[in-house]
Parts: sequence; structure tokens; C-alpha cells
Amino acid sequence: MISYLLQQLLNGLSLGGAYALIAIGYTMVYGILRMINFAHGDEFMMAGYFMIFSLAVFPWYFAIPFVILCTIVLGVVIERIAYKPLRSAPRMSVMISAIGISYLLQNLANYLFTAMPQSYPQIDILKHVYTFGNISVSRVTIIAPVLTIVLTFLLIMLVNHTKLGMAMRACSKDQETARIMGIKVDNIITTTFVIGCGLAAVGSILYFTDRNTVQPYSGSLPGLKCFVAAVIGGIGNIQGAVIGGFIVGICQIVITAMGYSVFSDAFTFALLVLILIFRPSGLFGEKAVQKV
Amino acid sequence: MKRSKLFGIALGCLMTVNLIGCGASSSSSSTGSDAASGDTIKIGIFEPKTGENGGGGAQEELAIEYANYVRPTVTVGGKEYKIQLDWQDNQSDKTVAVTAAQKLIADGVVGVVGGYGSGVCIAAGSYYSNAKIPAIGTSCTNANVTLGNDYYFRACYLDPFQGEVMANWAYSNGFTEVATIDNIGNEYTSGLVKTFTDSFTALGGTVVDSETFQTNESDFKAILTNIKNSGVKAVFAPTDYLYAPLLLNQAHDLGLDVQWIAGDTWYSNVLIQDAGDNANGVVADTFYSEGGNQEFDAGFKEWLNADASRKATNLDTDAIVGNHAVSYDAYMLLCDAIEAADSLEGPAIRDALAALDESEGYACGPYKFDANGDAIKDTSYICQITSGEWTYQSTETVQK
Repeated sequence: MISYLLQQLLNGLSLGGAYALIAIGYTMVYGILRMINFAHGDEFMMAGYFMIFSLAVFPWYFAIPFVILCTIVLGVVIERIAYKPLRSAPRMSVMISAIGISYLLQNLANYLFTAMPQSYPQIDILKHVYTFGNISVSRVTIIAPVLTIVLTFLLIMLVNHTKLGMAMRACSKDQETARIMGIKVDNIITTTFVIGCGLAAVGSILYFTDRNTVQPYSGSLPGLKCFVAAVIGGIGNIQGAVIGGFIVGICQIVITAMGYSVFSDAFTFALLVLILIFRPSGLFGEKAVQKV
Repeated sequence: MKRSKLFGIALGCLMTVNLIGCGASSSSSSTGSDAASGDTIKIGIFEPKTGENGGGGAQEELAIEYANYVRPTVTVGGKEYKIQLDWQDNQSDKTVAVTAAQKLIADGVVGVVGGYGSGVCIAAGSYYSNAKIPAIGTSCTNANVTLGNDYYFRACYLDPFQGEVMANWAYSNGFTEVATIDNIGNEYTSGLVKTFTDSFTALGGTVVDSETFQTNESDFKAILTNIKNSGVKAVFAPTDYLYAPLLLNQAHDLGLDVQWIAGDTWYSNVLIQDAGDNANGVVADTFYSEGGNQEFDAGFKEWLNADASRKATNLDTDAIVGNHAVSYDAYMLLCDAIEAADSLEGPAIRDALAALDESEGYACGPYKFDANGDAIKDTSYICQITSGEWTYQSTETVQK
């Protein structure tokens, strides 16, 4: 029984870790641009496809940085083409543009890679299975939460203790004033997308290694759930997004394990509604440790 | 400034809608009349090119294309008509399925072949029967596709039959306790799980653990951990293909070592590609096993190998699966019925199908339909993956 609970807890932590990394992307973009980048989940899906192709050519230690780079380029290009020209337009226009990009990416993937689920390559170093008595876990299950926490720590260091981080915080507070102070706001926004997409790429490696297949709609539901995670944690708040990611991941596993898989998605979205009603600024929004 | 922009967007949307509207109505009016005119008739192909069943749909489309290559014309009233295939993608989606069916009807097709997956066929069925257009299902195995629909026929067997076959197989191979995995809201999976459970319990076995998941789920670790905890030796998981590699690979990671039993959807070479070694041992049933009809096998393989792109669509192999055979048969059945009716009118073709009793010219014939429009079949082929290849294991016959 204990081993059963432990196994389910590990399942939840590894899922939560991947969710957390994606949620950071939502929260950072929101912090700076005050927009929800609906295409983020689909950038994550594209990262899955990039991995399939790059691992066919490169060894894993080269493929992983390459995939992160490709995803970053994709994210930045999207920002430049679809969001930047709308910077002075009403916020709603950017949001609609993001929804459009989301569908564009899904259909592009559908066209380029077909709707067939593509098999995600096995990275041996991540797939090693450990067995402790009755519990067996693959290495990625253990790596996911640990890596998430390490990356979050580094990111918070960056935001709080570097010049770049200070500029980001300034932008999230007031873009106009930041610009007057000599901060290149466009560069800061690009940096935000670089970080968000890089983390999404890492998240996609953790997520798909466990799931083995990528298809054009792989990003849409996880994307929505991570958005919920970001809102639960207080959108704009990095630690909040990470904790929200773990909450959503673990709740999903617990509910499914209890035999209520019908309600697992419904629960996530019900949680969103409850949070919005009772704590619109999220669990950690009020403290406002930082708005990035 | 802002207002004018918004107005522009709204105007743009309106214009797009209008344009789409015009396009659809003009094309339907122009093509509707000429479908049966000239020397060409249209046969509608109702298959999912995209969506969760896109892979299976692509395989069926290949077989239909081949059937059209073998038999490009039909003779009605002493006149030879060229058959033009009208491909509509139902996207494995029940809403799109209705649109696809309406498009086919508007195009004036004589009959419809397809499709893969029961849900889309059920959604589209009543549109065909209202338009009096006969349709022949390829691999839609849910009873409700043809039940109460005079115009929907079916070339393959039904879910209850498959559930019974797999329950027989499981019990006779020494599994007395099993777990089942059901996909909520999926007619195919739920139908199979129900009949399997009924038959397996009737045989004296017990379903110890029945797990469920939602469509589009990709994390099965929670339910697989439950199954591992229940200690069963076999799992019946007749899911859509999409979930098969996920279940197998995640089960491997969790150290869940069981006999996997599935329905016809898992019988695909993609599974071996996607799940690798973890697919070894999987048992599934199928409509047709390669070697059942030498002539069909040889002809289809030659056609597949003649064009690299065909083979690529078939996942770079020339292996033949059940979906190929039933799709080929569905097309042939429709052609035979058109010729037997000697008419291009829907009701006449329907009557010809209902009366049809043919044994020649099919991949897995003979064919005869029962009162519901289902092909009368009592045999299923059980196959297993051994060392990275589907191998024929046994033939299960169920007395009806």
C-alpha cells in the first residue's frame, strides 16, 4: 500500500514538474506584456517534433541544446511577427492574434507531420528504469521535479539579482517609465520569450519522454492546464506558477487514481473558476514577491 | 483609431463568412447536378485523414484507391460509367463528420464508402438515410452504425462479436482475472469493454479492476499503477490506436508486466514502430490476416510497391492489415450493388445491397447482409506481436 502511494506520488511529481516549466512561460509573458500567450502550448508541441528530427541526426547531448535553440527561435519569431506589430493595439487584439497562432501551429504540424502520432525518440539516459522493491520509476520521473526546482531557482536568481532581472521587473511595473529610464523594452520582451520558450522546450523533453508520442494536438490540453496552473499560482508570479504546476499535476494523478478520471480535467478547470472567484490574484498573487 | 480598427476586423470576419457561404453554395449547386451526368459517377469516401484516427483512415483510403484502380468503372443500363472518388475528411470528429456527409450529399454521390471509427459514422448516418444514399461502413464496429438505419451497411464485424472473441481467447488461455481500460465517451471502446466483461463473466472469469480515462488523455500512470496494484496478469484495453503506444510504454516504465489484449484498432504496424520492444506479446483480433486471399495480397502489394508515396502512406511497409481488406471489399460491394440494381438511384442500390449474396471478388468474402445491414461473419483472426512482427495465432469462431 505504501509503495502504491509512493508510486502515485512520483507519477504526480513528474507530471507536475513538466507542467511547472510550461506554466513559467505563461506567467513571465503575462507579467511583462499583460497578455496570455495562447500559442505557448503549441510551441511546446513543436519542441516535441523538433526533438524527433534532431535526435534522428544528432546524438542526444547535442540534440537537446539544439531543440531548445529551435524552440527559442520559433518563440521569438512568433513574437516578432504576431505580437510586436500589435504592441500599441488593444490587449484583446494581441490575445486574439495568439489564439490564431495557436491554431496556425496546430494545423501546420498537421500538414507537415500528419495527424499520425509520431513516436518520440527514447533518450537512453532518461529512460533508464530503476526498481526499488515494488516501485519502478524511469530516470526522467525523478529528474523532472528536481530539474524544475533547480531551473526555477536559477530563474529567480536572475530576476532578483541581475541587471537584466531588474530591467524585467521594471518593464513589468511600467513599460513607459522603463523606456524613459533607458531600458530597451523590446529586448527585454524578447528575453522573456527566450526564457519562456527555453523552459517549454525542457518541459517538452520531460513530458514527451514519458509519453512517447507527439501529435499536432499534444500541446493544447497541457497548454490549457499549465495556464490554469499559472493562474492558480497568481499569474505573473514565478514561484506561484511552479507551485500551481505541481498542484495541477498531483491533483490530476490523485483524482485519476481514485477512479474518477472522468472528472480529472473538469476538476482542473473547476479549480480555475474557484480561484478566480475567491482569490482572483491567485494563491501567491497578493504577496507580489515580484511581478515578472 | 481604435474603433475603426475593430470595425475593420469585424467587417473582415463578416466578409470571410459571406465568401465561405457563397463558395459552398455555388459549388454544391454546380456539382450536384453533374454528378451522375456525363459518363462519370461519384462515390463518396468518408474517412478520417486527420485527427485521432488519421492513421487508420489513411490505410483504408489506400485500399479504396487500389480498389478503384482495379475497378475504375461500373456498367449501368448498358452504359459504362467512370467512377470518380469524392474524398471528404471527417477529421475523426463527430461535428466535422456531419459537414463532410452534407458535402458528399451536396456533391450528389451515388453511394458512400467509409469509415474508420464508429462515432463519426453514427453522427453522419442519419444524413445519408435522409438523402437516401447507401453507405457501406469499412471498420466501424459499433452496433448503432447500422441499427435502425436502412441505408447504412457494414463490411466488418461488430463490437459485441469482438468482445466475445477476445473474452473467449483470454479465458481459454488461462487468464481468469483481468483488468479493463475504458475510454469514456468513445463508443468503440466502451462497447467492446461491455461485451468483453459480459462474456468473460459468463465464462467464469472475473474483471477485477475496471479503469477509465478521458479522450485525449496522455498520462496513464495513475490507472496503470492501480492495475499493477490489483495484481492481474492480463489487461483488456480496446482503445483507439492513439493510446496504444502510450499505455504500453508507460506500463513498461512502471514495471507492469501483463498480457495486453486489444481490439482490431491495435492491429497495426505503427504500434511496432511506436512501442518497440514494449509491444511484444500484444494480442489483437483483426478482420483479415495476410495470406487469407493470395490474389488480393499479391495485387495490392504490387500496387503499393509501384509508387513510393503509397508505400510511405502505408508506413514504408507492404504489409496488409484487416482495414485494407474490408475497405477494398466495401468499395467492391457498392460497385456490385450498383450493377445488380442496374440503377444509379439510392433506393434501388440499397435494395440490391440488402439482397446481395456474393462470394467472388472480395478480399474476405463471401458477403451477405443480415436484416440490420451487417455482414454476416462468425470468424475473427487473432494475431500477436512476437519479436517485432504481427504473427497469426489462431482463428476464433463464435456461434451466432
